[in-house]
Amino acid sequence: MSATAAPTTQTKTAPVKPRRSLGDLKIALLFIAPALLGFCVFFVWPTIRGIYLSFTNFDGSNRTPGWVGLANYKQMLSDPVLGKSLLATLEYVVINIVVQTILAILIAVLMQRVAKSTLARGILLLPYFIANVIVALVWFWMLDPNLGIVNDLIEKVGLDGQSWFGNGSLVIPTIALINVWRYMGYTALLIFAGLQTIPSSVYEAASLDGAGELKQFFTITLPLLRPVLVLVLITSVVGSFQVFDTVAVTTRGGPANASNVIQYYIVDQAFNRSHFGYGAAISVLLFVILIVVALVQFKVLRGRESDLA
Amino acid sequence: MTIPPTTDTVRDPDLLDRPLDTDAAGPVAPEKKSFSLGRLLAWVVTGLIMLVTLFPFYWMVRTAFSNGSTLAANPGSLLPVNFTWGAFQRVLGLSSIEDARAQGGSGASIDFWLALRNSVIISLVITVGQTLFSAMAAYAFSRLVWPGRDLVFGLFLAALMVPPIFTSLPNFLLIKNLGLINTLPGIILPFLFMTPFAVFFLRQFFLGLSREVEEAAKIDGASNVRIFFKLIVPMSSAPITTLAILTFIASWNEYLWPLLVARDASAQPLTLALGIFRSQTPGGSPDWAGLMAMTLLAALPIILLFVAFGRRVVNSIQFSGIK
Repeated sequence: MSATAAPTTQTKTAPVKPRRSLGDLKIALLFIAPALLGFCVFFVWPTIRGIYLSFTNFDGSNRTPGWVGLANYKQMLSDPVLGKSLLATLEYVVINIVVQTILAILIAVLMQRVAKSTLARGILLLPYFIANVIVALVWFWMLDPNLGIVNDLIEKVGLDGQSWFGNGSLVIPTIALINVWRYMGYTALLIFAGLQTIPSSVYEAASLDGAGELKQFFTITLPLLRPVLVLVLITSVVGSFQVFDTVAVTTRGGPANASNVIQYYIVDQAFNRSHFGYGAAISVLLFVILIVVALVQFKVLRGRESDLA
Repeated sequence: MTIPPTTDTVRDPDLLDRPLDTDAAGPVAPEKKSFSLGRLLAWVVTGLIMLVTLFPFYWMVRTAFSNGSTLAANPGSLLPVNFTWGAFQRVLGLSSIEDARAQGGSGASIDFWLALRNSVIISLVITVGQTLFSAMAAYAFSRLVWPGRDLVFGLFLAALMVPPIFTSLPNFLLIKNLGLINTLPGIILPFLFMTPFAVFFLRQFFLGLSREVEEAAKIDGASNVRIFFKLIVPMSSAPITTLAILTFIASWNEYLWPLLVARDASAQPLTLALGIFRSQTPGGSPDWAGLMAMTLLAALPIILLFVAFGRRVVNSIQFSGIK
């Protein structure tokens, strides 16, 4: 921290004529100073400190953290709630990503065909800009077992209404689908932008060769969309591993830890149970998972290559 | 699944410049389309998706204007049940405890205006600070030549990989050590100076600006500070405005960080006040009308911002996604 503060004050107090080899260094430091300060204090330092804390038994109080080595990491191996939490998170990620991606591709193709106006795009994007908390509360109300409109409609059709958030096997799919509702338009828009980059000549050539609609979709559209899909998938998978707000507002991890997703578990351990060191260790685990996921996706989907190039 | 036949192979280069009020209900190039079952199906599915997207917003409004105590009588009614402004009066603290109870409220009060004030201050300060400081950094990364530039920029970009929860725990300790728990500066500080995305977003635009005007200004003896504020910023007003809007929306919607830092109502933004409003009402029969009135009021600024700047925001999303 002190290393960054030093050059900052220097440039402010003593503007010396820049030497040729250093180019615009002095003036650049002046311009970058606030961002660099914020970067070091609120990004770099906490990253280092977070890794350090994961090796301690810190409880969040003013007491000096005690070094416990790998104890937190060993504890993770035998923590049944963490195991359940990882499974719940994985279930959430899979449902969320699969449904969202398929719907988004469908919407993007439909936009391309029938509704590409900015108004249509704006409507689809609106949920993405509404706070998670608001989205969660509105759906919590619509899915209310007694008075909610969803159960009302289901019962009118003659089926049984469900306790969407109270049923251990329904709660994760419910939360996942709420977030599909929020993000599908956004994802569709990114894919739609990718569709716009595919030259029509490719389709015309395929049509001349007698390729049907479905065949064109699977042999042209999907392969040429790959770079966009890689980007969209990495961002959405990394994002959905970090689901928190919806859980915090609706179920608080319940019933019986069924929706205790990993980020909620971290906050719960660190802040409600004062296991700060353990919370930090789990957040290291989450960080590692996210890096691995991104790398694997990149390799598997060969994101750098485009068949157009 | 039936997929409509390809008749639309025309790519539209003016797509990004289409005005917001373009008719969404009509085909974009109707003269080229012939009616077919496939197209009809495509329209039906599109209509359904729009309905699913918009219905929760409608339901929020419908419930907010309902009378909470009689809501149970007609849960499926498409119109507000016993139309009333009561829920809004309850949320804004304008109705008496008796009236609030009579309409299904808890009688407990929530300081909506305080939460609104907090949200406005937090979002405005973060927006101004983050946009200005990120623009300054983006200028240094794109228009100035200095040793170590690409290395430092690479470090900024790498920070995009760090999940927010990872930095949140240690940042909480830092804010606590600074004595800023339960204060607005405590909520604002970590977001005030930069985000890697903001720097990256603006750098892309600055890289594309013409060098000539800048050189001319330099010959006239203008300093870099002057060039930045008098040339670069005005020339990039569109992307800077877009970034400011995105930053404002993100700060307005932030939940996790205020939840950690603002345990006391005095510093809580609307996102947290909503949670408190919910927990005040009895678990068995929550004040749904009041809650929906409050979510509507909390979402309103963003919806208005979106209506005003929708086109710009929509286009920027595609930019940020494709880059």
